[in-house]
Parts: sequence; structure tokens; C-alpha cells
Amino acid sequence: MERFGFIFLVAGLGFFALAFVVSGWVPLMPFIQLDVVSVEELARHVPLEFAELREQYPEAFQKAFGKKSDEEALAEALVLGRATYIAEGCWHCHSQQVRPVGNDEARFGRVHYPEEFNNALNYPPLWGTRRVGPDLLREGGLRSNDWHVAHFWNPPDVAPLSVMPSYPWFFEPDGLTPNKKGLCLIAYVQWLGSWTPSHHETVFDIGTIERAYPAPKIERPLAPVPTAPQQQPPYEEPDTGYDAGYGEQNAGGSPAAPDESDEYGY
Amino acid sequence: MTTPPATARDTQAAARPLVNHGLVKWHLIAGMGWLTLAMFDGLVYSSQFIHHWRFPLAEWLSPGRIRMAHTNLVAFGFLVNSFTAMLYWCVPRLTGQRVLSNALGWLIFYVWLAVIAAMAVGLHLGHAQAVEWGETPVWLDPVVVVGAALLGAQFFTPIARSREKVMYVSLWYFSAGLVWVGLTYIMGNFFPQYLVAGTGAGPMLGLYIHDLVGLYVTPMGWGMMYFFVPVLLRKPIWSHALSLVGFWGLAFFYPLQGVHHFLWSPIPMFAQYGAVVSTIAVEIVVTTVIINFFMTWRGREEALRDSLAIRWFWVGALNYFVTCLQCAFQVTLTFQKIIHFTDWVVGHAHLVMFGVFSFWIYGMVEHLWPKLTGRQWWSPRLCRWQFWLIVVGLEVMFLDLTAAGLAHGFMMRGLSPWEEILQTMHPFWLLRAITGLVIFAGHVCLLVNLWMTARAARAAHVDTDYAPYEVLEEEQPTAAAV
Repeated sequence: MERFGFIFLVAGLGFFALAFVVSGWVPLMPFIQLDVVSVEELARHVPLEFAELREQYPEAFQKAFGKKSDEEALAEALVLGRATYIAEGCWHCHSQQVRPVGNDEARFGRVHYPEEFNNALNYPPLWGTRRVGPDLLREGGLRSNDWHVAHFWNPPDVAPLSVMPSYPWFFEPDGLTPNKKGLCLIAYVQWLGSWTPSHHETVFDIGTIERAYPAPKIERPLAPVPTAPQQQPPYEEPDTGYDAGYGEQNAGGSPAAPDESDEYGY
Repeated sequence: MTTPPATARDTQAAARPLVNHGLVKWHLIAGMGWLTLAMFDGLVYSSQFIHHWRFPLAEWLSPGRIRMAHTNLVAFGFLVNSFTAMLYWCVPRLTGQRVLSNALGWLIFYVWLAVIAAMAVGLHLGHAQAVEWGETPVWLDPVVVVGAALLGAQFFTPIARSREKVMYVSLWYFSAGLVWVGLTYIMGNFFPQYLVAGTGAGPMLGLYIHDLVGLYVTPMGWGMMYFFVPVLLRKPIWSHALSLVGFWGLAFFYPLQGVHHFLWSPIPMFAQYGAVVSTIAVEIVVTTVIINFFMTWRGREEALRDSLAIRWFWVGALNYFVTCLQCAFQVTLTFQKIIHFTDWVVGHAHLVMFGVFSFWIYGMVEHLWPKLTGRQWWSPRLCRWQFWLIVVGLEVMFLDLTAAGLAHGFMMRGLSPWEEILQTMHPFWLLRAITGLVIFAGHVCLLVNLWMTARAARAAHVDTDYAPYEVLEEEQPTAAAV
């Protein structure tokens, strides 16, 4: 037993394989059936801020993306923006997890859910390990493009005590216009969370959860309650009057609010 | 002093020695060199947090990139080189066999030097990969795996060829650790990057961070400690059986805990609970090592005063106890509500990686450098300065970061405005930078001492720790006379 071959096979290979299955592969099983959403598919939903970026910096945008449509430009911007996010180590100081504890949901918005990371921009996921700065999972649309431009140029200008470095290389030499890298990173940050309806609700909103996880349809009516059988409310009602997607007002309280989360496979 | 008459057998042995001192020495030098750079990076990085950044326009020196260089240089530059030096020293001694090939050894040495240099350059140019502690650019990953395989071939050969009746526990750790490091690297750097997306990749990323510590650094460190401490104390290890309990416990429980790095993440709760339970289990395993260390030390308390090397090991073991105690608490879901995402974790990481394993490596350097150069330390006083500066610096840094983490965690939970949190953090970060400076000063003491020792006149040197007893007995009166 006290031989090299035994240790090599049992402890070295065997236990490692066992651990890989138990703590690497088994936790993956609930998600293995989900399709990984491609970048093009993600970019079909263009956040308002990205369209604004084209209007605000027409020349820089033209230089960076040419005559591409919003969707195509966004797809490119997301990939490059994410690469910049990794290259600069942004994810070491900004997490992308809104945990169900520590009052995260009150500060940052809706709690994360497993499916939202299942896309091509999460190879690997950028959950982060440290919050020197705030979480960014629901950052998109929270602040204006102008704010981000000023912030990347010199963070203390907009957040006086900030310890974030300035990034002059995200800008053209004039120091006013973001270059391609800058545009892409702003596009990426403004995209984060844009897939979640009403992600700026800082108060916990049970409606949001119900839309993402619709309760199973009950085919047969429940046994009638003897005292007041008529007053049982219809089950599909809680969406009424709810602000469905970003920038769209669902006026009139129509119950058929477009459910965007289904369209993108979340 | 007279030299013992050389016999024919001695000359033959000298021609092709069991241990290649050149490889030990140069791996150690490389390790210390990369550690210096890594420490400097850490120090520079800490200056960003106190608004004293000095290179605002240099893209390649951006703090985010410096941070990645810091952690990766520690792991792959400093630790891998130092542990490889340790293996070249220990494995032939424990097995009575030479390593596979000296030429291969030098090849690995130069290739590894190039890999680390390329890694540092790649990180500074912005080629990072989004795997924590494995930010090594993706184009370097295959080379790293090949390097790990070659190191395996180099040291598995003597271990497999050994004809010793009992395999000493250090060899158990080295055998398994050298298999694990390659597998861990493949799992962490290839699966989440190419095969598994999003939440499914989370457990593997956690497992990678965890296994690099638990399945490479820890077995190498424990093996090193189990080799050098009995040698330094000149008495056998307290319980070999207990150390083997530690081995099997480490092998079984340690790799089951990756998910505890992502508690409260979207990873399924059953995996999170499993990781927590398994972590509590590994605390028992770790305790065996601590018990074994202190029981071996018992009865030789004066060694703490006489030998600086044993002092490094002792403080390291004490820090290990603190770390592991801390670990058992911080891994619970309750603690994670507060301390996750805060400086508490940074303090913990520094206490383990620097306060334990690097201290043990310092102990090894303290012990080996005179043997490798054939000279006594140029300045024992400088050795003591190094010890006190680094130990005090690190312990204060640990306490400071732990306190900072608690403050940060509770303020986040209390919904304090972010600016207010930053204001609160400022004095903690200032103290952290100062302790970093103190640690770096201590390290510079070591560098000066290493250099001056190597340059000093060669002394007549008897290898008191490894020479056969007859030689020692013969030498002793002479040594007393000197």
C-alpha cells in the first residue's frame, strides 16, 4: 500500500476525479439542459443607452462600428467590452452577484438567478470576489452615458472618494470622446442587467420573481371554499399594471404585458 | 580544520552527486526574485487605495493589471519555483535516487522562467483570462500544463524507483500534489473557458482557486514542513501515523469544497451545504498537522531561540492554526453574509499564502542558503531584522484587513452610502500600505543578506544536518576549538 503507484492512482487520480464529479459536475446538472444563449441573440435587445451612445458620439461610433446596425454593433461591443472588463481586472473590484443576503437586493436590485448567466458572455462568469466598488450586475441604465464617460476619465470627479483608477486610454487624444475600447466598455456596463425587467426597483418586488418563475398552471379548479367560493381571485392576475420592460410603459393595465424574459430564453 | 581523507567512493559520489545543488540554488533564486517583484506589485497596488498612484498615464501599469501580476507571480513565479527547489533538495534524500535528468531539470528551469516572464508581460498587455488566480493568458495555459507534467516525470521517477521500506509522509504529499497540480490547472483553465458557461462553471472556478491552494501549495508545504522540521530539531516526527491520517483526509476532503468560495451565489444550495460540511471536516485533518508540528517541537523549546529557521516554521504553524480556526467560521453561510466581498478575505489569503507557506519557505531558505553557498550567513543580525519586520508587518496587516472586512461588511449590510464606506476604509487601507512597506523592508534585508552571503569568502563548511554521524563526531572537537 505504501507505494508510489497506489498513491498516484488512488489519491492522485481517483480522489481528484471523485471530487470533480461530486463538487464540479453534479452542481452543473441542473443547468446542463439549458441552451447557451449566443451573443447575437443577446444583442437583439438593444438597451436605450446603447442607441444613445450612437447619438452622443456619432463620429467615434462611426469610426468604431461603421455602418453596422444597432444589433450588430452591440454584439461586437459586448464581446470587446467584456474583454476590456477582464483585461483591466474590473471584475476583481466589482462583483456581478446580487446575493439574497446582506441587503444586496435593496442596494443593487433584483437578486441574481442561475439562468441569467447562461450565455456566451459568461465563459467564464465574472462573479467577482471583492467589492471595492459596488456590484455591477444591475448597473445598466442606472446612470447616464455621460456619467460613465466622466467616471472613466477620472472617477473622483463624479465620486470624490473613489479609489478607482482613471482610464485615459479609453479616450481619443482629445480626452473628451471615448474611443472604441471606451465605447465598448460603456456599452457592456450599460447592458448589464438590461435583460431583467425593472431591474432598477430597489424595493423587493414579488412581481418580478413571479414573472421569471411563473407558477405552474392549475388545470382543475381547486375544491370550492364553502364560505365564499366566488371571491377567489383569478390566478394569472399579478402582472396587471406592471412596468414590463425597460423604457416601455404598459399603460392601461393590460394583463397581456409582453414578457421579454421568455423571448430570450431566460 | 582537517578535511576527511577522500576515498575512491567519495570521489565517485562527488562526480555525480545525489542532489543537484545548482538546480536547488537557481530555483530558489528565481523564487525569491519573483517574490520580490510580486511584493513590489502588491505594495504599488496598495498605493492606489490611498490615492497615491504614481503612474496615472501608463496603460500597462494600471492597478487592475498590477493586481493580477501580484497574485499570479506569487503562485506561479514564487511558490512553484521555491517548491521545486525544495523538491530537488528533499526527494533524492528521501528516496536515495537521483531525479530523472539534470538536463531536463535545467530545461524546466529556463522554460519556466520564460513562462513566468511571458505571463507577466501578457497580463500587463491586457491578455488576462477571467479565472481568479489563473489569469495567465489563455495562450500560455497549455505550456503550463506541459510544465506540470515534466515536473511530475522529474520527481515521480526517483519516488517510484525508491527501495526504501517505508515511504516517508513527505513523499506521499509530493506524489499526490504533483498529479493534482496539472489536473487542477486543466480543470480551472479549460472547462470554464471553453466548455461550461455561467452558473455551471462557478463550481469549477471555485474548485480551481481552492485546489491550487489545497492540492498544490498545501501538500508541498506540508511535505516541506515534515521534512525540514525533524531535520532542524534533530528528532523524528511525533507521529507518522497521524501525518498519514492528515494525508488521506486532505486527499479526500480538500477537493470537495470548491463551492465554499461562492456561497450565496446562484450555485444550487445542496452544493453549497456540501462544501460547508466538507470544509468543517477538513479542519480535523488540518489539526493533525498542527498537532504533529507542535508535538514534534515539544521538548526542544530552546530551538525557538537558537534557530531562526525553526522560528519561521513555528510562527508559520501558529499562523496556520489561526487561519484554520478562522476558516471553520468564515466558511459558514452566516459569516459569508457579512464578510464575503470584503478585505477579510484578502487578510485571510495573505495569512495563508504569506503567513504560513511563505514563512515556511523563508525558514527553508534560512536553513539551505548557507549549505548551498558553502558560507555562513553574512549577517545573522540582518536575518533577525528580516524575521521581525516581516512577522510584525504581516500580523498587523492581517488584523487590519480583518477589521476592515468586518467594518466594510456591516456597512454594506447597513446600506451605508458607498462614499461613506470608502471614507471608513481609508485608515485601514493606509495601515495596510504601511505594513506592506514594512514587509517589503524585511524582504530587502533578506535580499541583501543572500547577495552578501553568496559573495563572502567561502568558509570551511560542514553540513551538520545531513552529514553522517561519524563525520559529525569527527568534526565536533575541531568545531568546538574554533
